[in-house]
This record gives sequence, C-alpha cells and structure tokens, in this order.
Amino acid sequence: MPDLWEVRFHGRGGQGVVTASRILVESAFLEGKWGQSIPMFGAERRGAPVSAFARISSSEIRRHSQIYNPDVVAVFDPKILKVLDVSEGLKKNGLLIFNSVKGPEEFDFRGFRVAVVDASGIAIKLGLYFAGFPAVNTAMVGAIAKVTGMVSLNSVMNSIKANWSGRIGELNAEAARIAYNSIKVG
Amino acid sequence: MVKLIIPVSKPEEGAAGLTGIWRSFKPIIDQEKCKHCLMCWLYCPEGAIERIGEDKLTVKINYDYCKGCGICADICPFKAITMVREE
Amino acid sequence: MGVSKVLTGNYAVANAVKLAKVQVVAAYPITPQTTIVEKIAQFVENGELNAKYIRVESEHSAMAACIGASATGARAFTATSSHGLMYMSEVVWWAGLGKFPMVMAVVTRALAPPWSIWSEHNDVLAHRDCGWIIFFAEDNQEVLDLTIQSFRISEDEKVLQPVMVTLDAFILSHTATPVSIPNQSDVDGYLPPPGSRRLPFILDPANPLTHGNLAYPRNFMEFRYEIERSMGNARRIIVEAGREYGKITGRYYDSLIEPYRCSDADAVLICMGSSAGDAKDAVDILRDEGYNIGAVKLRTIRPFPYEELRDICRNKRIIGVVDRDYSFGFGGIMHGEIKSALSDLHIPVQGFIAGLGGRDIRVEDFIQMGRKLYHIIESGVGEFPPIWINLRREVFR
Repeated sequence: MPDLWEVRFHGRGGQGVVTASRILVESAFLEGKWGQSIPMFGAERRGAPVSAFARISSSEIRRHSQIYNPDVVAVFDPKILKVLDVSEGLKKNGLLIFNSVKGPEEFDFRGFRVAVVDASGIAIKLGLYFAGFPAVNTAMVGAIAKVTGMVSLNSVMNSIKANWSGRIGELNAEAARIAYNSIKVG
Repeated sequence: MVKLIIPVSKPEEGAAGLTGIWRSFKPIIDQEKCKHCLMCWLYCPEGAIERIGEDKLTVKINYDYCKGCGICADICPFKAITMVREE
Repeated sequence: MGVSKVLTGNYAVANAVKLAKVQVVAAYPITPQTTIVEKIAQFVENGELNAKYIRVESEHSAMAACIGASATGARAFTATSSHGLMYMSEVVWWAGLGKFPMVMAVVTRALAPPWSIWSEHNDVLAHRDCGWIIFFAEDNQEVLDLTIQSFRISEDEKVLQPVMVTLDAFILSHTATPVSIPNQSDVDGYLPPPGSRRLPFILDPANPLTHGNLAYPRNFMEFRYEIERSMGNARRIIVEAGREYGKITGRYYDSLIEPYRCSDADAVLICMGSSAGDAKDAVDILRDEGYNIGAVKLRTIRPFPYEELRDICRNKRIIGVVDRDYSFGFGGIMHGEIKSALSDLHIPVQGFIAGLGGRDIRVEDFIQMGRKLYHIIESGVGEFPPIWINLRREVFR
C-alpha cells in the first residue's frame, strides 16, 4: 500500500464531490492518518462538471500544490466522460471507480483497473436525495474504501455519522456500507 | 500590427463549452401545442432556443448548450414545454 | 490540549475568533473569504460566541465599524480579500495610522482584470506601508495559531497596532486538513480578557474626545515615528507571544522567519504563504541529489524580519526569493526588500516570479529554482533579471 494516496473526484455541481473528499479525509483522520481535502473552485454552477481532490498519508503532508497524477479517480456521473478524459494523469494501473449500472468490462480504459458501483441506485433505494437528485457521494466513499483499503468501512461510517446526525446520518452510512459490499472490480 | 495580450473576449456560441452536460432535466417542446409566441426564445437566458423555418417562428432547443434551467417551460403560456428527467 | 478536527483554513480562522471571544465582528462577503464570516455568524447565532455581528453594506464600512469598536476598547475582527481589501483601503490606513488594535484575516486573491478568484499576494502587499503587522500562514494550523496570537500581539500596550493574518485563496481557505484546536480555558489564560486592555484613550460619550484631528507639519512626524517604535517593539512581542503560545499548545513560534535545513546550506530559497511546504519538500529532494540547499519561510513581512534574515543569509553563496506578487516596472516586491536588506553582504539575490493568479507552484518548480541557483553560483554569471516560472512564452510569439 502506498504511503501517499492521491485521489481525484469528478462529478457535477450538486453531487457532493467536495463533501466526499472531506469525508474520506475525516475517515483517515479517525484512523490517526493525515489528509488534505482539496476542492477545485471555478465559475461552476449546479450541474456543471466539477472536481475535487484528496491526499491521504500516514504522516503529515506539507505540500499544497495540486494533484496531477492520482492513484485513484472516482467518477460520480459517467456523463462526464463525454466532455473530458477522466483518466488524464492517472498512474499506470491506477484505479477508476464509476457510478454506473454497467459492468466494469463495459468501460474501455486500457492500462487502468476499473471498478463499478451503482451509487445512484443505492441512493434511490434508501431515499437519499439532495435538491431532487440522488445523493451518491457517501456511497462513492464507501466504494473507494473497499477497492483501495486506504480507510476502513467503519471509519467511513463513523465520519458520515459525525457529519449528519440522526436518520440522515444512518442512511448515508448505510449507503457507504452497501456500496462497500457491492462494488464490482474488473 | 503590434500583438497585445489584453483580457478581452467576444461573445460566441459555445464559449463556455458544451454546457448541455450540466442538464438534469430536459425541456421538450410539444410543437402541436406551440402557438409561436416566442416567449421561450425571449426568456431563455442562454440563447439556446433557435428560431427556424421560413418565417422564423418555429422554436427549436439547442441541447448542446441548454443547461436545463426550466425557465422556458415555466414561461410558456400554453404549457407546450415539459421538463423530462435526463437519462 | 484541546481537540483536533478536519477544518478548512477559513473555518480555522472562525474557530480562532470564537476562542478569542471577539466582541465585535463587522464584515462584508467576498470570495474566497465568505465562509469565514459565515461560520462566525453561525457561532454568534447559536450562542457559541457572544459578539455583536454588524452586517455592513461594504468593506469600507466594515473596517470603519471595527475602528469604532476598537476605539471603545472592544475586541474587533473582520475579514476580506482582494477587491474587498482595496475598497476598504482608505480605512485600513486609518486603522494602522490611528493605532487601533484589531485582527483582520485576508484571503490572498489576485486583483482584476482579468477576473480571478485565485491566490496572489498583491492585495496584501499593497497594504504593507500602512502600520499593520502582516503575517503569512503556511497551513491551516498556522492560520488558527496566528489568529489567536494576533489578538495578544495587537492589544499589547507596547504595540497597539492592527494585525493582518493572511492565508492563500483556496490553497488554504477551502482546503481541509486536520487542525488542533486549543482548549477555551487555555486561550482564556493566554489572551487578556476581551475589552480589558489599557488603551491610551477610550471613545466614550461621557468623556468626549477627538481622534485624528488636524496635525500641522510641526507636529506630524512624531505620530509616524511612534508607529515605527511600535513596529520595533512588535518584533519582540511577536516572538514572546509565539513562545507563550507554545506553552499552552506545544507549538512554539519563536522567530519572524522559519528556516528549514539552512545551517550548512550554500543556497537558500525564500518564500511565504502556502508554498512553503512545497519548498521544504523540494529542499529534501535536492539534498538527496547533493545540493546543499535550505528554505526560509517569511512569517511576517511587517515588521520586516531584518535581523533574522541577515543572520541566516550571512554565510550563504546565493539567495533566491520567490514572489507570488509583482510590482510593474520594478520586479518582485519581496525580492526588492530582501535584496535591500542584504545589500552589504554582497551575496547574489535571484528573484523568481511564480503563482500569479493562482497558477500552481509545484515541488518540481522549486527544484528547478534550486538548480538555477546552483547554476548561477557555478557558472559565475551573476544573477538574472527576475525569472518568471512557467510563463507560457508561446503566447507572446
């Protein structure tokens, strides 16, 4: 396992990529690790393609420059594929995680590993919506935890419950758990 | 002429890229109900509604740039535009 | 020792303001500062901070309200960025020249045109001459620590000047990292009780006075010299405040600069703000390659760390200064200041311009700068005009 994980999140404004990045860092922090949750802000609006980044390490990270060669890329909405190359800069044999009902073999990314989770389906089943749209971000963090092992499911569920109290917290933690157990790796 | 680097840009179609990707709901025009009042064309904040046909009174949505804001559907006096969830 | 939380730089400021029990907050929103005053407003609204929150119609009024609050002896805070700071500018000078203690967080952001929301230091450096103590923070922990220390420094009777804590747009303001938050009781013991400091005057309707009245030329210069005396005192008070802070948190700040692997270095790269960590990572890599290099982070630019820099640079063969700012028709602002401070040491001081308008300054960029310094030493060519890092020269062809 690398000592420094670098993750890039692609989604659309409103899907919660920035929150996902922070939940991942908070989960690592619960395990005594260090992290940086880095949003990428521009003139984006709801629905526009947005990205966020995270660094996770066992020791303090000093650098603040941007991430160019991530180990993991998580794509919250495959529609993004139409407008940009989500594998740009991804390390050789790096991991691509898609929110999709398709199978991993249906994504054509040579030189990388592909994993797929139906985060939208999980959110819809649990009734998790944000501004009318399926809230997929907590499921995606659960999926990342499973395929990378950089944080445990327990930490992810705990940090989710620390962010949202009561039933919303429970449901989002459940979304992470279902994603953790159902992600398919190609 | 001297080449200068100055922060000037001109309005042009697609200057912000294919903003159709932003859409979560898609406006669909029912041409049967449309009375060609052009309110949707007037109100579209993105200029994403085109006037076509010989008399330029038929409206057509350019889905490459329509962000799916729904203002056209809201303003249409004849309820000829419905918002449909994107696939 | 308090608790640790994952916080953005902006929330680190807001938490520090809460711990400092600020009494008056007057602010106007601007990206990327807004979440500082949003969070403080939330603290006030839910009763965690007992402060008067004044919603003003502009940054100019925000600072004017803070000056008024400070004049009554209250502990005041505001935050702004870029164009907000420029709009506030007239009263920023009034606060500094009038010796009004307060703390302002400035999220560094480029001035337009062209429009930008990303980091550059020109907004802050345009205010380097107005009697404010100016800190640059490297990371979110330092943001929180400096904000707390700043109230103590500002209100010290030997200082009584306002303090700016600056943090880089998005790189710190919106990036979340673990931050250790001290206990309220420790901060209560560290800072004087709010509103308790002995001011040379207090604005009080029962005892009317005029502040800042007309001063004829025969009286004027002494007011200026008094501010310079306070800045001189601030050098010592900042170090004292940093040491005392270490006693409650374990994090000691005992100099106006932070040297990294400098003692045996031939070459030193000087920078400030959020790129300092990248510079340190570059130093480690260059050391492994056999370069004897170190880095210095400027923690304050006012008061200027004159003695500290001269001590570190005295025996070096070359100094590099990285400016995320520019003075047109001159060069990097800090480059000019540092070159002037070291002038009699006869060491080449190479300027680098990097990161304007938020362009990323990567570890590799610092490595290139370090190698360039060695190239200058070894070739004996002397220093070049300021080198613009990652300038897209093809644009000009």
